[in-house]
Amino acid sequence: MNTLPAQSDALLDIRDLAISFKTDEGKVRAVDGVSISVKPGQIIGVVGESGSGKSVTMQSILRILPGNAIVERGEILLRQSRNGSDAEVVDVTQINPNSKRMRSIRGGEVAMIFQEPTASFSPVYTIGNQMMEAILLHRDVNKPEARTIAIDMLARVGISNPERRIDQYPFEFSGGMRQRAMIALALSCNPSLLIADEPTTALDVTIQAQVLELMKDLQRDLGMAILFITHNLGVIAQIAEEIVVMYLGTIVEKGPTREIFHNPKHPYTVNLLKAIPKVGQSRTRLAAIEGNVPSPLERPTGCIFHTRCSQRTHGTCDVYAPKLTQIGPDHTTSCFLYE
Amino acid sequence: MTTTNHTLLEVRNLTKEFPLRKGFFNRTQGSIKAVSDVSFTINRGETLGLVGESGSGKTTIGRSLLRAIEPSSGKVLFHMDEGQTVDVTSLGMNELRTFRRNMQMIFQDPYSSLNPRMTVRDIIAEPLVVNGTSNRTEIDAQVRDIALRCKLNIEHLRRFPHAFSGGQRQRIGIARALALNPAFIVCDEAVFALDVSVQAGVINLLQDLQVELNLAYLFIAHDLSIVEHISDRVAVLYLGRLVELAATPKLFANPFHPYTEALLSAIPEADPDQPMRPVALAGEIPNPANPPSGCYFHPRCRYAEEICKTTTPEWKEYQPGHFAACHFAGELALKGVENVKEGEA
Repeated sequence: MNTLPAQSDALLDIRDLAISFKTDEGKVRAVDGVSISVKPGQIIGVVGESGSGKSVTMQSILRILPGNAIVERGEILLRQSRNGSDAEVVDVTQINPNSKRMRSIRGGEVAMIFQEPTASFSPVYTIGNQMMEAILLHRDVNKPEARTIAIDMLARVGISNPERRIDQYPFEFSGGMRQRAMIALALSCNPSLLIADEPTTALDVTIQAQVLELMKDLQRDLGMAILFITHNLGVIAQIAEEIVVMYLGTIVEKGPTREIFHNPKHPYTVNLLKAIPKVGQSRTRLAAIEGNVPSPLERPTGCIFHTRCSQRTHGTCDVYAPKLTQIGPDHTTSCFLYE
Repeated sequence: MTTTNHTLLEVRNLTKEFPLRKGFFNRTQGSIKAVSDVSFTINRGETLGLVGESGSGKTTIGRSLLRAIEPSSGKVLFHMDEGQTVDVTSLGMNELRTFRRNMQMIFQDPYSSLNPRMTVRDIIAEPLVVNGTSNRTEIDAQVRDIALRCKLNIEHLRRFPHAFSGGQRQRIGIARALALNPAFIVCDEAVFALDVSVQAGVINLLQDLQVELNLAYLFIAHDLSIVEHISDRVAVLYLGRLVELAATPKLFANPFHPYTEALLSAIPEADPDQPMRPVALAGEIPNPANPPSGCYFHPRCRYAEEICKTTTPEWKEYQPGHFAACHFAGELALKGVENVKEGEA
C-alpha cells in the first residue's frame, strides 16, 4: 500500500490533478492542474459553470469517475487518522477503485451528498434500512445500535418523529426531507470530509436556507470539513470560508470568501460577480460576459479565459499560460495582469 | 380590480382543477386545485414577476393564460390595441389558433424545446408559416430581422440546434416567440437552465426587446434576485392562491404577507457581509389535494391566530397597488430586504 508520511496539517491535499476523458472525438481534458488543500473543519466552496470540472474533481476524490476517465497526473493525498492517533497519508489515486481500502474511505471517512436526493436513495428499501447498511459497514456496532444511531442522526437533521420516519420509504418523504435524510446518511459514519455536490440546487429557497443552516450547524458541532460545490454565488457567499473559482478545468482564482467578493482579481471572477443580479440594485444593467463557455474539445491555447476576456493582450494571453500569482496571504490568481 | 387603458391582460378568478384518478378503472376521486381564484392584471410593456415554491401553481397559471391547458373556470381578458376586448377563455379552437399570435411562451429548457431535426431558420419561420405567410422571400426577410434583434448570427441560420450552446438556444427560443410580433410573452423559468455568465446576456436581451417592442412579460421564476431585477411588479403564490402582489420595491421593502417575509429572508445574498437570517417556517408545503382550512399558510405562519384557521382571508387592495390576502395585512411589522428603498422605481 502506498502510504506517505504526514507532511502538512491538511486533511485533503489535491496536487496538480489532471483528468481526461476518452471519447469518440479524441481525448478531452476535463481537469487540468487543479490543486486544492482542505484543513480539518474548513468549509471550502468550489464555484464554476458547467464544464468547469468541479464535479469531476470531486468524483476523483472518491474514485467514482466514469469508466472512460483517466487520471493523467497529480495526487490526491488524504490524511487518515482512524487507527489510533497516528495520522497516515494515503494517495487516493494509487488505490484500486474497487478495493476494500477504497470502499472503507468512501462513505466512511469521506462522504458525499448529491444534487438529486430522489436519485440517491433506492426506492425499494426503507430510509432506515439504507442508513443502517452504511453504519454497519463502516462502524463496529450491532443492528440495534445502528438503528439508534440512525434515529439520532435523523433527529439531528430536524426530521420530526424519527422513530416512525425511519421505517418509511423515500417516496413518503418530501424533497426537502429527502435531502435532510441524505445528509443524515452521509453523516452517520462520522466522516472527516463531506463533499456536497450542488446539494441545494433542486430545492426551494426556504428549504435551501434551512439546509444551509443545518450544514453550518453540523460542521460546527461535528468539526468535519466540507467541500461545497455550487454555481450559485449567493449560496457560496453564505456558507464558505474559502472559495475556489474554476473555469474550464482549471482554478483561476482562490482565496478567502471576503477577499473573493470584495477584492476579486481575475477578470472571470470580476465579471461573474457583475453578471448576477443583486437585490436592491434593480434596473441597473447586468454585465454579461461575451461569448459562451468553449467546448472542452476546443480548449483555448494560452490562458483558457482569453477568448472571452475584455482585458486580453494579443501575443501574451493567447499564447502563454499564466502562472499562479500570490495576491494576498491566501489569495492567488492565474492572470498576466498580476504577474 | 381597476383597469386602465394601459391594461393588456386581465385575469379574473382563474381556477384550475386537475382530476385525481385512482384505482383500476381510473375513476375520478376528487380533484386537486392547482390554482384557485387568482386575479391580476398585466399592463402593456410591463413585467409581472410570479414567484412561489414548486407545486404552487406558477406554471399552471402561465399555461392557462395561453390556454395551453384549459382553465376550469375564470376569465382571461385581452385588451387589444384597437380598444376591443377579447375573452381568451371563450374562444373556439380556430379563433384561438389565430389569436395566439398575440401571446407566446418561452420555455425553461432550451434543449428540449427546439426540434433537433429543424434548422434554426425553419424553427423561427414555423409560426409564420402556420399563421399563413406563404411568400418565401417575405419569410426569409422576417426571420433575418428577428434573428438580428435577438443577436443571433445570420450565417448560422442554416444550422441545427445541436450546434448551439444553451444561451444561444434560448435566444432561438426567444426569436421563435417574437416571430408573430406578440404583445405578451410568458417566460417560464426562461433563464434557469443557463450558466451564470450567459444568463446575464439573456436577461439583458429580454429587457432590450421589451423596450423596443413594448412587450409585456409574465416572468415566472423561483430565483428572487432575478425576479427583483427584471420585474415592475411581483406576485407571490402559495399553494395555488395569490398571497401578495405589489410594485417590486414595495414588496421587497415592505411585505404585507408573512409568507413573503419568509421568502425574502431566505434569499442568499452574494455578499459574505450580509449573512442570511431565514425566518424558520414550520413544516413543509402542504399537499394540495388536502389543503389546510382557512388561510392555507396558517400551519406554518408564526403570526397565526384563531381566525386564520377558520376563515379564508380576502384578497384586498390594502394600499394603492398593493394587494394581499392576510387577516393582518399592514398590521404586522414584517421585515423586508434592508437595502431596498420603497421609493425606488
